[in-house]
Amino acid sequence: MTQPFRIATAGRLGKADPVRFTFDGKSFEGLTGDTLASALLANGVHLVGRSFKYHRPRGMVSAGAEEPNALVGIHRDAARRAPNVRATVQEIYEGLNAVSQNRWPSLSFDIGALNDLASPFFSAGFYYKTFMWPKAAWERVYEPFIRRAAGLGEAPDRPDPDCYANRFAHCDVLVIGGGAAGLSAALAAADTGARVILADEQAETGGALRYETGAMIDGKPGWDWAQAVAADLVSRENVRLLTRTTGFGYYAQNMVGLVERLTDHLASPAQDQPRERLWQVRARRVVLATGAIERHMVFPDNDRPGIMLASAARTYLNHYGVAVGRNVAVYTAEDSAWYAAIDLKRAGVAIAAIVDCRPDPQGPHVEEAQRLGIECLTGHAVNGTGGRLRVSSIKVGPISGGAERSISCDALLTSSGWTPAVHLFSQSRGKLAFDAETQRFLPGQTVQELVSIGACAGSVDLEETVADALKAGHEAAGASGNPPKLSSNSTERWSGGMLGAGEGAGAESTAKAFVDFQNDVTAKDIRQAVREGMRSIEHVKRFTTTGMATDQGKTSNMHGLAIAAEMLDRPIPDVGLTTFRAPYTPVTFGALVGHGKGRLFEPVRRTPMHDWAAAHGAVFEDVGQWKRAWYFPKPGEDMHAAVARECRTVRQSAGIFDATTLGKIEVVGPDAARFMELMYTNPWQKLGVGRCRYGVMLREDGFIYDDGVVGRLAEDRFHVTTTTGGAPRVLNHMEDYLQTEFPDLKVYLTSTSEQWAVIAVQGPKSRDIIAPLVEGIDLSDEAMPHMSVREGMICGVPTRLFRMSFTGERGFEINVPADYGCAVWEAVWAEGEKHGACAYGTETMHVLRAEKGFIIVGQETDGTVTPHDAGLSWAIGKKKTDFVGMRGLMRPDLVAPGRKQLVGLRTRDPKTVLEEGAQIVADPQAPVPVPMLGHVTSSYWSENCGHSIALALVAGGHERMGETLYVPMPDGVIEVEVTSTVFFDEKGERTNG
Amino acid sequence: MLLIHCPYCQEDRPELEFRHAGEAHIARPENMAEMSDEDFERFFFIRSNPKGIVYERWRHIHGCARFFNAARDTVSDKFLMTYKAGEPKPDLDGEGK
Ligand SMILES: [Zn+2]
Repeated sequence: MTQPFRIATAGRLGKADPVRFTFDGKSFEGLTGDTLASALLANGVHLVGRSFKYHRPRGMVSAGAEEPNALVGIHRDAARRAPNVRATVQEIYEGLNAVSQNRWPSLSFDIGALNDLASPFFSAGFYYKTFMWPKAAWERVYEPFIRRAAGLGEAPDRPDPDCYANRFAHCDVLVIGGGAAGLSAALAAADTGARVILADEQAETGGALRYETGAMIDGKPGWDWAQAVAADLVSRENVRLLTRTTGFGYYAQNMVGLVERLTDHLASPAQDQPRERLWQVRARRVVLATGAIERHMVFPDNDRPGIMLASAARTYLNHYGVAVGRNVAVYTAEDSAWYAAIDLKRAGVAIAAIVDCRPDPQGPHVEEAQRLGIECLTGHAVNGTGGRLRVSSIKVGPISGGAERSISCDALLTSSGWTPAVHLFSQSRGKLAFDAETQRFLPGQTVQELVSIGACAGSVDLEETVADALKAGHEAAGASGNPPKLSSNSTERWSGGMLGAGEGAGAESTAKAFVDFQNDVTAKDIRQAVREGMRSIEHVKRFTTTGMATDQGKTSNMHGLAIAAEMLDRPIPDVGLTTFRAPYTPVTFGALVGHGKGRLFEPVRRTPMHDWAAAHGAVFEDVGQWKRAWYFPKPGEDMHAAVARECRTVRQSAGIFDATTLGKIEVVGPDAARFMELMYTNPWQKLGVGRCRYGVMLREDGFIYDDGVVGRLAEDRFHVTTTTGGAPRVLNHMEDYLQTEFPDLKVYLTSTSEQWAVIAVQGPKSRDIIAPLVEGIDLSDEAMPHMSVREGMICGVPTRLFRMSFTGERGFEINVPADYGCAVWEAVWAEGEKHGACAYGTETMHVLRAEKGFIIVGQETDGTVTPHDAGLSWAIGKKKTDFVGMRGLMRPDLVAPGRKQLVGLRTRDPKTVLEEGAQIVADPQAPVPVPMLGHVTSSYWSENCGHSIALALVAGGHERMGETLYVPMPDGVIEVEVTSTVFFDEKGERTNG
Repeated sequence: MLLIHCPYCQEDRPELEFRHAGEAHIARPENMAEMSDEDFERFFFIRSNPKGIVYERWRHIHGCARFFNAARDTVSDKFLMTYKAGEPKPDLDGEGK
C-alpha cells in the first residue's frame, strides 16, 4: 500500500494529484502540495541522513526552515545538483530525485558510523587539539581528512546553467512573515492605501495557523482566514504578496534582502525562467512577524529518527494529513506539545504517553488529554531512548527518583518551548532584552524604523497578536486614527518551557544528549568547553562549533547558552548571545550574483580599431576592461618571432599602434596652467602653446601616482593623457583637489578618453607615412619639433596631432574623433604599407619603451617609488613653491640614502632573459635569510640590442653602475651587471632620425 | 546599502551612486613647504576613527560628481546630515548614540 501513514480524513491536501519521486533511487508516491519531508513520512520513512561527525542515523526534526537534520541533495540533472536542501522546505514535483548525504556505502549501513564508537576521540575542540602537531602532517594527512569529513553534501561540479533575476523595490510597509500577525498587519496597512510588500517563506501564507487548529479569526478557522486574506491582498493594486520568499538580511536604512524561489518546486521549469529572484527592498517601515521556533528537549539519545518537534508532528498531521507514527510518545516542558498528542489521538493515532517534566501542568489541554485516556506522566523525564534506525522505546522515570520503565513507541515528540525568531531584528542592530521570567530574548530598543509583532515579539496569545498586528500595520502605514479590528480567539494558550539539558543529561552524564544536531554537539561538549576555560558564548561556540552549521543553531543556540551559563553559574544575558548574521537561511550564490556573471560580469571595452586588428590576426590581451592588440603574428610566427619582427620594423621603417586606450582629460579655464602646476611636479606656466611635456603626478605622500604627455593647445587649454588604467582615478584626484582644496581656481575638467581614437605612428618613416594625409599642418622639424602638438585635418577629419615618442623614434600620435578612428587607421595603414611599416601591439610597445628606459606606472612603480627613485628628478620644477606631493618628497625616509632606485640590468649571458619579479641579491652565498636588494620590474629580449634587457629597482641603485649582482632562481644563479636604464640610442638622436 | 542625501542634488540617492573619500575637515595647509615632519604626519597620516560621530567626505560620483561632507554615526551607520564642501563643520556633539 502506498502512503500508509497518510490519513485521508486529516490535513488539507485532500484529493490532490499523486506525485512520483525518488529517494536514494527508490520510488515513492506523495501528493501535490507535499514537501519532501511530508511525502517521505507519509511512506513511513524517517531516516533521511547521517550526522556530520558521528554519522548517527537522523530523521526529520522540524517541518520548516529551521531543520537541522534532514538535509538531502536534489539532483535535477547533471549540472543541477543542489546539496544540503532541507527536505522540510523542498516541495515535491513529478520526478523529483533526492539523495541522502554523508553516508557510505548506504544510508542504513554507514561505515562512518564507526566515528560514533570512537566518539571519545571526537570531543569538543577535537580539531584544535588533534591537528596541531606535527606541522608537516597538515598538508598530507590532516587537511585532506578534514576536507573529506567537513561539510555535508557535495557541491555540483558543473557551471550553474540557471539564470537568476534581481529587482529593486520600494514600499511604505514591508511585512516579513505571513502568519496571523503578518497578514493582519499587511491588511491594516493596505487598507490605508499604503504600498505594501508581504513576504512569506512558505508556499502559502498562514504560518502557525498551518497546524494550530484551535484558532478562529474573523469568524473563520485560522487557516481559512489566512487564505482568504491572502487572496484579498493579492487582488489589491497597492500590495505585492511574495510567497516562497525569505527575508534573509536586514541592512542599513531599512534595506531588506529577500530571495524568492521561483522554480525549485516545478517539475519542468521553462528554459528562460529565473530560478530565484533577489529583491532589494527599501521600506519606509518594516513589520517583523517572523514567529517563533520550537526547541527540542535535551536528553540522552535524543537524536534517533522518529524523534521530532511537537509542532512538526502537528503540521504533518493537520496540514499534510500524515501521522508521524502509529504509537507516538510526547516529552515536553511546555503546553503546546500536549495539543500535538490531542490532535493525533483524535485522528486515531495511539499515544504511548505524555511525559512532562513539570510537576503539575494545568489547563484545558491536560484535562482533554486525560479525557482522551492518554497516560500523562507529569514530573517525569525521558532518560534515554532505544532503537537503531528509528526510535522504538523510551526510558521514563520520575524526576524525584524511583523506578524507571520502558515505554514502546515509534515516534517521540518533544518540546522545551519557543524561541522568538529575533534574527532579523538583531540584524537591524536592534538591542535584545532578556526576559528572565519567560527565559527569552525579546526585541528591545529598535534602531531602525521597524516594529516586531506576534510570536517574534513574545506574544503567546492570538487575540493580543492580531490586535497588536492591526495596530502596527495601521501605524506603519503612517495612518492616524483607530486601527481596524478583527475578532479572534484561540482555544490554545501556551506557557512553560525550559532551556538547557534535562534529566539524565546533567553535569555528570556521559550520554549523548544533543544540543546541535547538525554539528553533533552535545550538552557534554558545551560543559567541556567551559571546563577548558571558555567564558564567553562566542568562545564556546567556536570551540564546540555549536550553532555554526548551515541551520545557524535555530533550534540549539538557546540550549547551548543555558548550559554554558549554568556551568559558569552566571545569568544567561551575562554569558552573552552570539551575533545573528545574514543570511537567515542559506542563499545561493546564484541569487546574489544575479545577472553579473559571464558576459555581464564586467563590461568589455574595445577601441574603434578593434575589428581591424582582429581581422589582421591580432592576439589580444586584457588591460583592465580593455581588449588591446598584444601582437600581430604572421602565419608561422610564434609570439617571440612576431614581437622581434615588430620591434625591428618600427626602428627600421615604422610601426602603427593603437593607443586609443590612453586616458585623456581636457583641463580648461583661465587658471588651467596654475592648476596643472599644482597637480603635476613639472612647471607648466612657461610651456608654449603648441608644445608638449611629459608630466609626473604624485600623491601628497610624494610617490608617483600617474604620468603622461600633456599638450598645451591654448593658453587656457591642456590636453592631458593618463595611463590606460589611470584615467578614472586621475580625474577623481584632480576633481578632488579642484573642488575641495583649490575651489577658487577657474578650471573645468572633462574626460575625453572616449572621444578620441589615437593612432601612434612611430619610426624613421613616420612623417613620410602621415604627410600625404595631413592638411593644414607643417610637419617639418622646424615648424613642428619633437614634443609639439598641432590642430588640423587628417583624411578630411579634425585631428589633434602630437609629435611625441614612446619608442625613442621619430613619432606621431594622431588623435581623431573616435567614430573616424578606424577609417583614419586604414588610410594610415595603406600609406604605411608603401614604406614597409607594420602594425604592432602592446608587447612591442613595452619592449621598445624599455629599450629607452621609459617607465610604465604600475610596472616600474608600486606606490612607493618617488620621481628621484625612478630617475625622473628632472621632471620636478625646481622653482615651484607648491605642488601635490612636494612636501611628501621631503619626508626623511624619502630622502634617506639606500632607497630602491631604478636601474638597468644586463645579464652576463646575453641570451638569458630575467623573470619579472625576480629578487636581486649582492651575494648568493650569503647565509639565509639573504638580504634582498630589490627586484626586476621589466625584462625582455631586445631584438634591436641583440641581448636581453631589464629594468629593476635596486637599493642604492644609482650608485651601483657597473656592479655585478645576482638573481637567484630555482635552476641556478644568474649574474647581472647594473647599467643605465637606456639601452638603445643613448643620445636620443632618433627622435629626429 | 545606505541612502545618502546629496546636498547639491537635494535628493536621497542609493549608496551605489557615491564614493567615500576619507575624513573631512582636514584642510591642505597653505605653507606646505615649511611644514614640520610632525605637522605633516598629523595632516597626512593621522585620522580620528571615532566610535560615534564621524565627519567624512563623499563624492556623488555617479550623479552630480560633487564632493560634499557628511556627519555619520559609526555605531548606527546613520547619516546625521550632509552639507556642501566648504561649509563649516556642524556642532553635533552629543547627538550620536
Ligand atoms: Zn549630487
